[in-house]
Amino acid sequence: MEPLHDKKIKLLEEIANRIREKIIETLVEAGSGHSAGPLGMADVFTAFYFHILKHNPKNPNWAERDILILSNGHICPVQYVTLAYAGYFPLQELMTLRKLGSRLQGHPHRGSLPGVETTSGPLGSGLSQACGVAFAHRINGTKNRIYCLMSDGEQNEGNTWEAVMFAGKYKLSNLTAVMDRNNIQIDGYTENVMPLEPIKEKYESFGWHVLEVDGHNLEQIVDAVNVAKAIYEKPTLIIAHTIPGKGVSFMERDYLWHGKPPTKEEAKIALSELRTLGGKIKSEHQ
Amino acid sequence: MIIKEKKLNPKLYDEDVEQIPTRNGYGEGLVEAGDNNEAVVVLSADLTESTRSEAFANKFPARFIEMGVAEQNMATVAAGLGISGKIPFISSYATFSPGRNWEQIRTTIAYNDSNVKIAGHHAGISVGPDGATHQAIEDIATMRVMANVKVFVPCDAVEARRATVSAAKIWGPIYLRFSREKTPIITTNETPYTPGKAEIFWQSKAPKVAIIACGPILHNALLAAKELEKEKIGTIVVNNHTVKPLDEKTILEVAKKCGAVITVEEHQINGGLGSAVAEVLSRNWPVPIEYVGMPNAFGESGKPDELLEKYKMKSKDIVTAVKKVIARKQDLTYG
Repeated sequence: MEPLHDKKIKLLEEIANRIREKIIETLVEAGSGHSAGPLGMADVFTAFYFHILKHNPKNPNWAERDILILSNGHICPVQYVTLAYAGYFPLQELMTLRKLGSRLQGHPHRGSLPGVETTSGPLGSGLSQACGVAFAHRINGTKNRIYCLMSDGEQNEGNTWEAVMFAGKYKLSNLTAVMDRNNIQIDGYTENVMPLEPIKEKYESFGWHVLEVDGHNLEQIVDAVNVAKAIYEKPTLIIAHTIPGKGVSFMERDYLWHGKPPTKEEAKIALSELRTLGGKIKSEHQ
Repeated sequence: MIIKEKKLNPKLYDEDVEQIPTRNGYGEGLVEAGDNNEAVVVLSADLTESTRSEAFANKFPARFIEMGVAEQNMATVAAGLGISGKIPFISSYATFSPGRNWEQIRTTIAYNDSNVKIAGHHAGISVGPDGATHQAIEDIATMRVMANVKVFVPCDAVEARRATVSAAKIWGPIYLRFSREKTPIITTNETPYTPGKAEIFWQSKAPKVAIIACGPILHNALLAAKELEKEKIGTIVVNNHTVKPLDEKTILEVAKKCGAVITVEEHQINGGLGSAVAEVLSRNWPVPIEYVGMPNAFGESGKPDELLEKYKMKSKDIVTAVKKVIARKQDLTYG
């Protein structure tokens, strides 16, 4: 992939901000859904769909594409908005999220929407599916890269660790997982609900190469993916430290925003914050 | 009488009828499917020999994946393989797969529409001494309620091989049910076998009851039919090897002809083949039904035959059920 330069970084940052705005608008229209996770992962999604992935929105099943599997399906608003901006389907369709007859299901369904590679929602099964896809490509001898985006909360699931063990055993070096380390889950902070630390050492002891990045620093995200590509003997985990609710001050770091959408009033404030970059600029762009 | 055209095993009623476990048919079928199509891959959760996946593993080592004791991961890895153009068969005991990994099968295989074949072994109580933990008696019910999933229950090792080979050729999720013990060979390679098409194996001149069975216990139904014939009670015996999609046409035909039905399965009466048949009949042609199967109970350790005796799934129990349903039919007619 093309190296990141300042101009491209600035462009990606603008896209990420647009994506955050659209997430808020989409959630308000839907009337239900998750806020914190999607906002927190907007930079990671931007980095993947606008820089890292080899993909073709006009030909979603292109055989040579990189395959991105979203494991924690509840953050799909960020995936849907990103896919729409990337050109997989019209932006207007975002307003149908969670409504009857929509291709934008409350949790992603493979086959409903172009660009959605697997069905997800029930936690802890995305990494396994990514392992299966990676294994199939290994049998075929194809060069596609397989990415799995997952949450920290779903590390509670036994199924996740079965997959971690499997990928380690078979040294699935075409697989890179990205963990959204935002420290929250529905019932509270991850280390109170079910402690995960030392998570880096756990993965390493299962045969993974582990990198840590600031999940809001596009350059770090891209660099880490490049390192992962150069690791031939192991699968790689990138722990992306993110701020849940990133960009909206009253949502940031608050686990209560895990599973609810903003009200119309709250959305107005949130959009104003995003459009002024938290008050750094005066005029709200539209 | 046995229907000649069905070309069943001529030694079907002999004391020394050849007996082979249906899981062996799975093993042979896997190798055949693997020869037919290099997209076929086999996954095993630390039960390679016992599920008869070994021959495939030896012949196609690059297409065999040892999962360890991890049925949830086996289902989900298979889902990933299935959406990547492979035809994965996942092999374990039915109590674990589709028992333990039911939700993974639902979300990542069935709803995901991934081309995965789920082979549940050691089904039924005739697993024997291992006891109730290893005797799957709910799997037909839990699989047939799932949209997108087909359910095949072969009656012998020959049919098991053909079911496995067919499953590889049919697109979409399929549950295949196999048993541990040696059971009589009922069919031959010439016996008609089409998934989704039930076959009448026995038909008396004036049948009063249709006996609809699936799995190796079909042999007991055929024994019962012969006994009943001696008592001048005519029956039809149907090999209903595909529980889903159910061959409604054949079931309605025999129900209309006989006016009463018995279902026979080594499975809970609740939710299994019996329920599937009752659903069709109650909608279209209600007749009295009696069910031979597990009566809302768990099994236990014991010899397979002792267990079938205790839980009333022997041929004499089918005879009793037939007489009972005839009495009920007469009550309805003359009461």
